[in-house]
Amino acid sequence: MELDPVLLARLQFAFTITFHIIFPTFTIGLSAYIATLGAIWLRTGAERHQRLMHFWTKIFAVSFAMGVVSGIVLSYQFGTNWSRFSLVVGNVIGPLIGYEVLTAFFLEASFLGIPLFGFNRVPPWLYVTAAAVVAVGTATSAFWILSANSWMQTPAGHEMRDGIAYPVDWIAIVFNPSFIYRLAHMVNAAYLTTGFVVLAVGARYALAGRHPEEARTMLRMAIGLVVVLAPLQVFIGDQHGLNTLKHQPTKIAAMEAHWDGSKPGDFHILAWPDAKAEKNLFEISIPHGSSLILTHDWNGLFPGLKSVPPDERPPLVSVFFAFRIMLAIGTFMVAAAFCGAFLWWRGTLFETRWYLRVMAQTWWMGFVAVVAGWVVTESGRQPWIATGILRTADAISPVSAASVLTTLILFVVVYGIVFTMGIYYMNRLIEKGPQGRAIEQSKDFAVSPISAASDAGREALGNS
Amino acid sequence: MEWYLPVIWAALIGTAVALYVILDGFDLGIGILFPTTKSEGERDQMMRSIAPFWDGNETWLILGGAGLWVAFPRAYAVIMPALYLPVIVMLLALVFRGVAFEFRVVSHSKTSWNFAFAAGSTTAAFCQGVILAGLVQGIHVENGAYVGGSFDWATPFALMCGLGVISGYALLGATWLVMKTEGPVAVRAREQAKTLLLFVLAFMAAVSLWTPYAFPAIATRWFSLPNFLFLWPVPLLTALLAFADWRALDKGGEFVPFITSIGLFMLGFVGLVISWFPYLVPPSLTIWQTAAVPASQIFMLMGTLVFLPLALCYTALVYWLFRGKVKPGESYH
Ligand code: HDD
Ligand code: HEM
Ligand code: HEM
Repeated sequence: MELDPVLLARLQFAFTITFHIIFPTFTIGLSAYIATLGAIWLRTGAERHQRLMHFWTKIFAVSFAMGVVSGIVLSYQFGTNWSRFSLVVGNVIGPLIGYEVLTAFFLEASFLGIPLFGFNRVPPWLYVTAAAVVAVGTATSAFWILSANSWMQTPAGHEMRDGIAYPVDWIAIVFNPSFIYRLAHMVNAAYLTTGFVVLAVGARYALAGRHPEEARTMLRMAIGLVVVLAPLQVFIGDQHGLNTLKHQPTKIAAMEAHWDGSKPGDFHILAWPDAKAEKNLFEISIPHGSSLILTHDWNGLFPGLKSVPPDERPPLVSVFFAFRIMLAIGTFMVAAAFCGAFLWWRGTLFETRWYLRVMAQTWWMGFVAVVAGWVVTESGRQPWIATGILRTADAISPVSAASVLTTLILFVVVYGIVFTMGIYYMNRLIEKGPQGRAIEQSKDFAVSPISAASDAGREALGNS
Repeated sequence: MEWYLPVIWAALIGTAVALYVILDGFDLGIGILFPTTKSEGERDQMMRSIAPFWDGNETWLILGGAGLWVAFPRAYAVIMPALYLPVIVMLLALVFRGVAFEFRVVSHSKTSWNFAFAAGSTTAAFCQGVILAGLVQGIHVENGAYVGGSFDWATPFALMCGLGVISGYALLGATWLVMKTEGPVAVRAREQAKTLLLFVLAFMAAVSLWTPYAFPAIATRWFSLPNFLFLWPVPLLTALLAFADWRALDKGGEFVPFITSIGLFMLGFVGLVISWFPYLVPPSLTIWQTAAVPASQIFMLMGTLVFLPLALCYTALVYWLFRGKVKPGESYH
């Protein structure tokens, strides 16, 4: 069998970026949570806020390290695997990524040392400010990278000369038509995902009767957050979808498994779209559901898959099912958030064991929804790598399939080890929980740093 | 504008790469020296001397890569495929070494993450030497695309450069330890630095003789008149710095060895620039042939002029906050 370098390069990119996005999702949210805890601690001086801040900072450190190293890999893969892509759109996308490095990465990477190692070196206000700076840095990095990605989905502000994209209007490039929706949806996703992780950890402690004070604080903060963000996410997602219909109608047709644009669309709760037969082999549907959502009209029409030739259609099964997974999780999150808010209002949140027991198991949901969402976005863009400008098949580097396969295997092995160990260590830190008394800050800030990681190490080993 | 923008960008990327080599050089060097002690406490101390800095240091690598893409997309699109395997192996090595910082302290058994840290650092340094050699040797380009095979970079010269970079980074790491630590670690590092200095000088001499011999263009650049009249101070300065480095190591200097070792690296770098400028992808593509359009270079330059000084300020702030020596056994009770 001939190895297909395009397929291998796509697999490799999908694998490495899916691995990467898991950690930014968590670090964007967690850095904001840590900064919030710090701000509350500065105001109240309450011990539990300080303990929680230190506790989450240790987990953050592990996640951040994995985010950084997997991100460095990605920035080089544009050249190693997609050199034609780098060439054709480099004039436009390159600067966006360059700005990300300059405005975001230096900020987070430099200031991170202070929250991790600086507790006894700097005054409290500077400590908390540094944590806030890291949070701003991670969100800024989302701004630029999503701008770059959105431009690939909905290019604007450029002109083509001899097959190469030239920038014409930078504002139009950065704020391209899908950017604001994608930025809002992704950043909200990061906060929401982290909210559910904090909720799950709080529920786990509450059930076990451990760290009761911290557990309550976490549960209250998390529910207060997700009860706002979960419905907001559904709303932003809906607006995002309407915008996509305007700019990438074929993607929407694939998400809805909608074949015939001359008829109103049903919403398929489940279906099996068959690309060869050009129909769904099996459907459970709400009649006219998609038309209602997308056109706000019972009989509204929107383009179907058959309106483009087969070689312009994205892969159907992955787009369709990934979209269903995201929707299911989004719906669940709204229900869980309202349920928790109701229990809190009734004053029985901390005693309702069935609710806590369910919530303790939901920490992974946001991550799955994020990855599913990206599969929809990225697979739905196929066969284009940059819509209307360059096809994925033409974007590849002149590298042999054997090299790509070798490195793909290496990535799977290395990331497999790192991922397993990282999750294991984070889980162990959570198992240990927030430890000890609040740390007295020494008056003399010039003493040597307390290593956050070494504290974590001692605690994990149980010999603190 | 079409003429000087690429020159400015070449200078900026050169600066980013130089900063990367210095900053990540010493912390990769710590990893290379990791196996030279058996004491877990000393390893803790070595790692702690770089823990707050390594992440910021590696950011310069991203800037170098992104900068190359932004300013010289045609060079990026040739170099990366040509050096595909060494680049990816370097990145994977950096993955292992980066997570080792956090994983090692949380782990029950330190052995495997000690190994990951040392092997990752050494492999990354070796690959960087190979990448450097790959560029110096030249890349086979036709119609603006790479047309060579997967292993064109694998030559004896690349092997030598890989080993040279390992010993160079180890020298930076050892002199960093002399400056930043106390106790047995610092004492041993001083002895190691002397040996490493001799290795580094040997490698520098070998490269300086090998390249003009193997690449006539380089020989012409250095040895034709009037170039030679301007260039002879480069080797002289190198010798002087090496001498100062040695003396400071001998006399108990703490700061001078580190600075002079950096100086040696920079001179090596200057030497390479002299050898190949203005070629970015020797022997065929110059900085002007590979440059992005002025609109992109200007847009990025505006941001760089604002944010690069800021980034340097943060870096300085962090180094200042974590100034002072790391003592043995600190915070490991
Ligand atoms: C929505 C957010 C988001 C998305 C879609 C991506 N990243 Fe990312 N990335 C981040 C958000 C982020 C972050 C939150 O800023 C990280 C996570 C952990 C970290 O250190 O910073 C990060 C780290 C990170 C780093 C290391 C930065 C450092 O040293 O601090 C690099 C080089 C990249 N990323 C590059 C990429 C590339 C080339 C991507 C796409 C192809 C990409 N990231 C997708
Ligand atoms: C049920 C409500 C939701 C709706 C209607 C919705 C809608 C959408 C749509 C239409 C897209 C694709 C846009 C495009 O490719 O042009 C998308 C992508 C995405 N979704 Fe959702 N979504 C919902 C819930 C969620 C949840 C709960 C999460 C995560 C916590 C999430 C995370 C993402 C991410 C990360 C992407 C890819 C990036 C992007 O295009 O924004 N979504 N969503
Ligand atoms: C971080 C969240 C992201 C995830 C989870 C993600 C996921 C994916 C997946 C699954 C593919 C393979 C699609 C297929 O071949 O069917 C892919 C391809 C790709 N993505 Fe993304 N993506 C993300 C963000 C980005 C961003 C921010 C960029 C660029 C700035 C980007 C650039 C690309 C490129 C160049 C390809 C390869 C070509 C292709 O298959 O279309 N991605 N991504």
